[in-house]
Amino acid sequence: MTRLRITIDPVACDAYGYCAELLPEAITLDEWGYPIIADGPLPGELVDLAKRAVRDCPKRAITLRENKRG
Amino acid sequence: MTRSANPTRPQGDVHRLLGHPTDLKGHIDAHGPLHVSLGRDRSWQQGLMTSLEASGLTGRGGGAFPTSIKATLACSGGTGGTVVVNAMEGEPCSDKDKLLLIRAPHLVLDGAQYLAALCRADRIVICIPIGRDSVAAAVSHALDERTRQRYTRVQEVVVRPPDRFIAGEESALTNWIESGRSLPVFRPDKGTPLRIGRRASLVHNAETLAHVALIARHGPGFFRSRGTSEEPGTCLVTISGDVHHPGVVEVDHGTPLSDIAVLSKPVGLVQALLVGGYGGAWVGPGQFATPYASIPLRTIGASAGVGIIAVLGDTSCGLAETARIARYLADQSAGQCGPCHFGLPAIADDLARLVRGHGGRDTLTRLHRRLQEVNGRGACRHPDGAVSLVRSALTVFAPDLAAHGRGEPCHHWHKVTTLRFPRPIRI
Amino acid sequence: MNSTYLWYATRASGIVALILLTLTMVLGLATTSRARARHWPGFAQQEFHRRVSILAVVFLALHVLTSILDTYVHIGWLAIVVPFSSPYSPFWVGLGAIALDLMLAVFVSSLLRSHLKPATWRGIHWLAYGSWPIALAHTFGLGTDSGEHWVIAVGVLCVLSVGLALAWRVRTSVKKQATVVNDVPHMVPLTRRVTTASTRRSRDDA
Repeated sequence: MTRLRITIDPVACDAYGYCAELLPEAITLDEWGYPIIADGPLPGELVDLAKRAVRDCPKRAITLRENKRG
Repeated sequence: MTRSANPTRPQGDVHRLLGHPTDLKGHIDAHGPLHVSLGRDRSWQQGLMTSLEASGLTGRGGGAFPTSIKATLACSGGTGGTVVVNAMEGEPCSDKDKLLLIRAPHLVLDGAQYLAALCRADRIVICIPIGRDSVAAAVSHALDERTRQRYTRVQEVVVRPPDRFIAGEESALTNWIESGRSLPVFRPDKGTPLRIGRRASLVHNAETLAHVALIARHGPGFFRSRGTSEEPGTCLVTISGDVHHPGVVEVDHGTPLSDIAVLSKPVGLVQALLVGGYGGAWVGPGQFATPYASIPLRTIGASAGVGIIAVLGDTSCGLAETARIARYLADQSAGQCGPCHFGLPAIADDLARLVRGHGGRDTLTRLHRRLQEVNGRGACRHPDGAVSLVRSALTVFAPDLAAHGRGEPCHHWHKVTTLRFPRPIRI
Repeated sequence: MNSTYLWYATRASGIVALILLTLTMVLGLATTSRARARHWPGFAQQEFHRRVSILAVVFLALHVLTSILDTYVHIGWLAIVVPFSSPYSPFWVGLGAIALDLMLAVFVSSLLRSHLKPATWRGIHWLAYGSWPIALAHTFGLGTDSGEHWVIAVGVLCVLSVGLALAWRVRTSVKKQATVVNDVPHMVPLTRRVTTASTRRSRDDA
């Protein structure tokens, strides 16, 4: 398990949905197309896909952050 | 330790905030002059910071966040910042800040001056919504007095942001001051201070600042002499709803809810209390003895932050009132974040359906799912407040919910609301 | 190197660059108008847009390099980026320089996107709308191959595809504006931002 967390900027997010396409294990879309992030740190095998999602988001709404303790 | 100019306990202790003269001269007579010391050594600043910490003062604008920590954070942002007096009071059921600024503006402004000196801010901005001209006039008059008597050190100015629920959210306020857009800002890292341009800003509720002024003058012991040891001090509470004497009272932290509600003489039996405003929670009769303080209230899903208690009489439909509040909150969304912009109207729709008796189990299941999904997914806590309110309603009014769900809406749901809204809300 | 080969290379790479730039524009417009190919994930469309744009820049570089190395007509290094400074056909070559400058700005700003404010990046990206028609004018204005039927056909296809993509984009944006949010009368508006749900998911019907 990494110490990374997916963070969505809800103001920037415009429901393109690319992140959910790339990371269905960690991201699901609500009924209006906006992402719901699964709890917990990002599993190691998803990190590359997550970085791809960060790059592909047209609004740059998704970022990876260090998981701050507490 | 801050030395107060007037070490004796001030007169009129029952009404610490609202019981003193409004004009500047009367204010100085009652509380002593404003005294800040900006020597090269920071002993005065440290003294004030220690007083604030020792007092245990927490914010009175909703967050209930320790004032000393917030000040430390803002001070870390460098000099030349701004102290923002948040008198927006977006909750329709709240009157305390309006009253405070009309009756004791110098107390609030002095509090801002103390914090400005603490953080080396170079301006104080007082935010009063458009439309509240009587409040603005009172504050402007007070500012004139202060200028004429050369009473203040840091420049004080009044600004008029839009009168919307969300406009008082702290990042929306600083955003408006900076860019004219009253929209909350996504802040993933709350460890950095709010900024207006490049300068740090410290946003505080008007009542919090009034307490700061009293603590700076009379010391933390004075503040702690009322309230409980975990949650010291007094606070202003606006009581409204099904009561004979709605108004604002000053109570000790830790006073049981029922004792506070009784002060305004409820009309008939009390079905439930709305604690914390429209972003707060309903409290049922079983919990009326809960002390008015953050920790006890949190255990029953409510909060002490904003000083609002609305009384629901037993000839009202709690679900219908909740549906109205939900619709109001949906209207007041900033519209920036999908889950709030779409989720709150959907939740309001579901509630309306349930109230009219058209919704069954499916609607209720869907409502619960939406509440779960919307919670925590906005840039600010507006959707969270709506969720907490609706969840509390589903618990407190569970018997009514069951009846409405069976297609038997009570006849009270048509009744004209006893809650306050800026314009009529249809469900 | 033989001047004739260089000249062919310049013309060929120029036309390919134009086609790739057109494709980039169409893909970019498709992204913002949420037009999606049925079995293609959206992220793939986005990545395709990015890769095609890189390819366009590569062919643009080839086009520019071969035109400089070709000594038959003198253009000069400066004329690549400074418009209208070429001794040969200054106006039409100049248009090429403008198109190149704009494309470079878009390209570099996208590489540095994480260091720019979102509004800044968007503003620069809009320059792409300028670079495409100018590149088109440069292609046909210089006249080398503009008489050839197949070149005209390519030009028409380019114009048609961008035109259609643009029309679709405008239509989507007009639909978006029609959905008014926070229509609360007598209240001071505080937002200009309207978001609509992704067209993939419709609102849950009660």
